[in-house]
Amino acid sequence: MKIHEYQAKKILKQYGVKVPEGKVIESAAEAYEVAKKLGLPVAVKAQIHAGGRGKGGGIKLAKTPEEAESHARRMLGSRLVTPQTGAEGKQVRRLLIEKGQAIKKEYYLGIVIDRSQEKPVIMASSEGGVEIEEVASRSPELILKVHVDPSVGFLSFQARQLAFGLGLEPALAGRFGQFVAALYEAFRATDASLAEINPLILTVDGDFLALDAKMNFDDNALFRHPEIAELRDFEEEDPLEIQASRFGLNYIKLDGNVGCMVNGAGLAMATMDIIKLWGGSPANFLDVGGGASTEQVKNAFKILVADKNVKAVLINIFGGIMRCDIVANGVIQAVKDVGVQVPVVVRLEGTNVEQGRELLTSSGLNFQVASGMADAAQKVCAAAS
Amino acid sequence: MKDEEKQCWFGAFFILHPSSFILSFGGLMAIWVNETTRVVVQGITGKEGTFHALKCREYGTRVVAGVTPGKGGIIHEGIPVFNTIREAVEKEGANTSLVFVPPAFAADAVLESVDAGLDLVVCVTEGVPTFDTLRVRTFMKGKKTRLIGPNCPGIISPGKSKVGIMPGHIHKEGRVGCISRSGTLTYEAVGQLTALGIGQSTCIGIGGDPIIGTGFIDALKAFNDDPETDAVVMIGEIGGSAEEEAADYIQAYFRKPVVGFVAGQTAPPGRRMGHAGAIISQGRGTAAEKMAKMKQSGIRVVQSPADIGTAVKEALVGVPTA
Repeated sequence: MKIHEYQAKKILKQYGVKVPEGKVIESAAEAYEVAKKLGLPVAVKAQIHAGGRGKGGGIKLAKTPEEAESHARRMLGSRLVTPQTGAEGKQVRRLLIEKGQAIKKEYYLGIVIDRSQEKPVIMASSEGGVEIEEVASRSPELILKVHVDPSVGFLSFQARQLAFGLGLEPALAGRFGQFVAALYEAFRATDASLAEINPLILTVDGDFLALDAKMNFDDNALFRHPEIAELRDFEEEDPLEIQASRFGLNYIKLDGNVGCMVNGAGLAMATMDIIKLWGGSPANFLDVGGGASTEQVKNAFKILVADKNVKAVLINIFGGIMRCDIVANGVIQAVKDVGVQVPVVVRLEGTNVEQGRELLTSSGLNFQVASGMADAAQKVCAAAS
Repeated sequence: MKDEEKQCWFGAFFILHPSSFILSFGGLMAIWVNETTRVVVQGITGKEGTFHALKCREYGTRVVAGVTPGKGGIIHEGIPVFNTIREAVEKEGANTSLVFVPPAFAADAVLESVDAGLDLVVCVTEGVPTFDTLRVRTFMKGKKTRLIGPNCPGIISPGKSKVGIMPGHIHKEGRVGCISRSGTLTYEAVGQLTALGIGQSTCIGIGGDPIIGTGFIDALKAFNDDPETDAVVMIGEIGGSAEEEAADYIQAYFRKPVVGFVAGQTAPPGRRMGHAGAIISQGRGTAAEKMAKMKQSGIRVVQSPADIGTAVKEALVGVPTA
């Protein structure tokens, strides 16, 4: 799960990570007062779930309260386009106004899970404010890494390794270590999947501050962090995806015209791939789950056909434990109830496949029954074009 | 027979036929599960646990015990239930566990089996927090237990033993190994193989989570040494770099033909595609990247998931069977 910068900073502050003083606003009028109160200059920062905000004009400095207000007026309600939002951009609903900082140097600090090492990895670099992927490809030697053993946690010598590796003078190394330790604790305690401070700044006063902050969380762990689950911003998500998640369906909207309904995530991805290979374009990823009950198939149909771009639907079910005749009945029932107007290609495989196909053919509904994934992809792409 | 008597009888059976004794004869091929596998199902009294315990038993797997804390002493569907794994090991000679415990308690269930010294733990549970699996993996270092999963369909050696939720009947006993991060996509590949008359030695769904117990390389190493496996199907998906690392291993050490596929060629970056581990993040972990690397390493990579079976058939031409 993703959250906004201002939410991440609030969480980080609770764990002792230093962040600039600031306030979230939702109207331009507030900007004037907040700027005046914080002390000038201030940074006006658009709060959206996408990076690259600076490049899109979503981060502005203001030297006067009037300037802060005029930035706020322009940003709030506008659609911000950044390298990560796509051409349609994202609507700005909130701004974070922060006290400006006198920066001596910028660093990068991030924590993720290293899958092959099976440990969290802390990455630090003297190349702050730059996308870390850019640094990684240009000069990987500038990224320092330490892996944290979950059984003992982040250790002092690791803090020193990072601090001295970054070339910090001894007087600053301790403060830097405290900052990293606090960030790691926030990462661990909240079941985060990413905690990124970019840039981490050293102020002229010798303080380390998180100028920007990004946190993502492990969806599987949200059950034990209700306070974080509450931070989910539905306005940042596609309405169909929200509806699907209420039904317990795994659905991701894409921009093609072939709707797909598949059981299992891997098979669902593979189905999208084969549609593309046959010249079509998938409208979505949708995993109805292993069971694929009549009710779930019906819910899935509702979501699929609510997408106006969908010109044809492909149902690809590998009936394992679930029998194909039961799946076929579910599909027939769902099409009758939902009233699907576009061509539907069904590919069933597995247990009782013959009975399943027979049910579909004799249903009187306009199904195209396919055998095998290639045949299914060919049929649905032809139907959609 | 009364329950107590039945347990005594099972106990006596174990003393006469400890699984390690049978294993020491050697000659039982396929990898990790075979006729000597004695399964304890953790969470056996739950709906899913019951259903799959019976399906495994129907297939011919020796399901010797169940564990549900607090329900020890009952016989569930003819299977003795214990409070702890240690009891299941002592009384029924369990050497493998199949876990259906809910996500919040799954890690603890796995740790209990590791602590009891089982050979293999298969964790089917989906939705285990990453940090829980990290702690499990840290605890497991230096211990003998192998973990498959979490969030996986399990493992099957067709005709010998099925320890998982895959449909048994689509499989056919044979000489091709399968390793996959996916469930139903593995069934798809197996279905294609069986339809072509190509049987499988062992099929393993390693799971869709970012941190998993058994990776591609672990399985490849075992298949490399298995005289009953002639070729391997490796099915990856977007996210992480396990496919790339496996490709390096294959190029350097693997002696048998490998057919590969990577799901998610059309997946958008930054979106989790169902599996917790299936995400292209910061531009890394794309299918294109993985497929290119796999091709370079000598793997026969198919673009279409419909071509897995035929590619294996082609790969097997001229391969001597051991």
